[in-house]
Amino acid sequence: MNLQATDSPHAAPRRRLVLSAAARYRWAVASRAVAAIGGGYGLSALCAATLSLFLPIERPEAVLTGTLAAFVVYPCAVMWVFAARTAWQAWLWLAVPCAVLGAALWLALRSGGAA
Amino acid sequence: MKEGFRQSMAWLHTWSGLLVGWILFLIFAAGTSAYFREEISLWMKPELHQAPQATSLSQAQAADVAQQFMQTHAQGSNRWTITLPGEREPVISAFWPVPQAQQATPAPAGERRRQRFENATIDPATGERIAAPRQTRGGDFFYRLHFDLHYMPALWARWIVGFCAMFMLVAIVSGIVTHKRIFKDFFTFRPKKGQRSWLDAHNATAVLALPYHLMITYTGLVTLMFMYMPWGPQLAYKGDQQAFFSEVFPNGSRASLKPSGTPAPLVPLSGLVKQASDAWDGQPVLRVTVSNPGDANATIAVSQDNTRGVSSKQASMLFNGTTGELLERRGEALAPAAETHGVLYGLHIGRFANPFVRWLFFLSGLAGTVMVATGLLLWAVKERQKFAKGGRIGFGLRLVDGLNVAAVAGLPLAMAVFFWANRLIPASTAERSPLEITCFFAAWGVAAVAGIAWPARRMWQIQLAIGGLLFALLPVLNPLTGGAGLWTTIPQARWAIAGFDLTVLLLGLALLACAWWIGKRKAARQPAARATAAAPSRSANASPPAATEPGLVTARNPLNPSGATP
Repeated sequence: MNLQATDSPHAAPRRRLVLSAAARYRWAVASRAVAAIGGGYGLSALCAATLSLFLPIERPEAVLTGTLAAFVVYPCAVMWVFAARTAWQAWLWLAVPCAVLGAALWLALRSGGAA
Repeated sequence: MKEGFRQSMAWLHTWSGLLVGWILFLIFAAGTSAYFREEISLWMKPELHQAPQATSLSQAQAADVAQQFMQTHAQGSNRWTITLPGEREPVISAFWPVPQAQQATPAPAGERRRQRFENATIDPATGERIAAPRQTRGGDFFYRLHFDLHYMPALWARWIVGFCAMFMLVAIVSGIVTHKRIFKDFFTFRPKKGQRSWLDAHNATAVLALPYHLMITYTGLVTLMFMYMPWGPQLAYKGDQQAFFSEVFPNGSRASLKPSGTPAPLVPLSGLVKQASDAWDGQPVLRVTVSNPGDANATIAVSQDNTRGVSSKQASMLFNGTTGELLERRGEALAPAAETHGVLYGLHIGRFANPFVRWLFFLSGLAGTVMVATGLLLWAVKERQKFAKGGRIGFGLRLVDGLNVAAVAGLPLAMAVFFWANRLIPASTAERSPLEITCFFAAWGVAAVAGIAWPARRMWQIQLAIGGLLFALLPVLNPLTGGAGLWTTIPQARWAIAGFDLTVLLLGLALLACAWWIGKRKAARQPAARATAAAPSRSANASPPAATEPGLVTARNPLNPSGATP
């Protein structure tokens, strides 16, 4: 939702240019904070879920491993969001792995449900 | 954030640390005290200071003593939970649900009756109940405060604490990344240099116990990870989380049998305790849980006191209560991930720790507390430089200043007040443990309001001095209010009690030293300020650390944009 208000120049509509630099900066920070907290949680939750389902080890082992790993993925995702060059990029590179993991999960659950 | 990687990480480190720093300070301080939660509880029950010391009875004999006690005092109860004497606990403790029929006051009609529990501390030598000590939460208060906070549902509190812990983890990792010269900085301390000294103090306490900080933050999240991240068990077990937990946690509650209604005598517990301990290679027993005692369907669960490994996963055995037949063994050979989880969990709660490791953890926890405090102060010191040339102090800085006093000076003061309240509220007062807690929060509230209203140097001094005095005088208060003083506990080598007194004495002296040091700096400040005004900030010009940690100097401050507006 904050995709518009990034610190990348082309993403800001022209009339927004009247916004002071400080205001644009704050929007970008807010956007990244949402990406880091919400998106980071989403990515780590998807990691936990996919590892739990797909790791080729016993079920309780896979669940434990996946959940333990999720808490490593989360801080890494947060750091990535704030290291990205623009907020737009941060969102993009969170969305891509989320989409891949989400799709894998969706397929697995659908086929699992059918079987 | 358009700057390089290191700069953006410095920014992240600053803000992730600052925004939740005050809660982290509370979590660290309370959690650190929890390493000595049994000792704090003992100190807070002076009635027990004369209590028996280490018993010469074996655990098996103690189990029989407990069984006899329970058969007379807990009749009709459907579950006995008995904790046997161990290294840190010379007594037997037991609790049991009071049967509905025996409850003194009937519940008002239409209201669901809450299960009431009774508990007892039993002297293994005499088999008698030790006179109930004063009602207090003791060290458990700080332990719970550390993740359940207070005055709010535990579930919310755990989410808040988990949120802050994740910020902490981000702050630690980004702090490491920011830091080029981690090893060198550890040996650098430049006192009396204002911001530089705060930076050095922050770095030293952070790097000194860095593995501990990383470990304790990550493992803290791990202790509640299935609450924060239930998706793995949810999906893999198709919503049946209970199935997962009973597969993974060997000590999870077993479905106990319904009582048959046929009375049958219970086997002596001593035999089972001995059998279990022998089977575990001599490891002691922590707890014996008897379900449906006196019934034909009685079962007895014996769980291990894991004193050799780090893991929190304790093995347990289940016996038939009337025949003594072994029904089930659990938790001895764990799969790798389960073992890893157990070790991570065990590392956090530190039950495995012998006195040396326990002290090491305690000191590391103190270092972490100081790290959080110096980090918060460092932010304020850096921010203040923006106003050095004049101009009104911004709202953000004022707020941070106030919260810093409230947390860093106010919390120790409130903790000391809690211990004083423990001794000054008469032992017979009704509802006295909530009263102690009220005193803690009242003192903290007053300190916080005062600190936020007037976050001045003088306020720091006053609060630190009061907190320091209250802590340092606890060893004097102790023998005056029924406890065993240092001159009896040290010759008798009763280190559980003496250790508390000595630790709070040192803590109090340290707080007093801080108060004194602040006063001294205030006196020295006036001429120094004039000197820097005349010769424009020599230290700031030749400052390599400003280049390594540019965080706030260059980055604009979203909380306080007025400071950055040209």
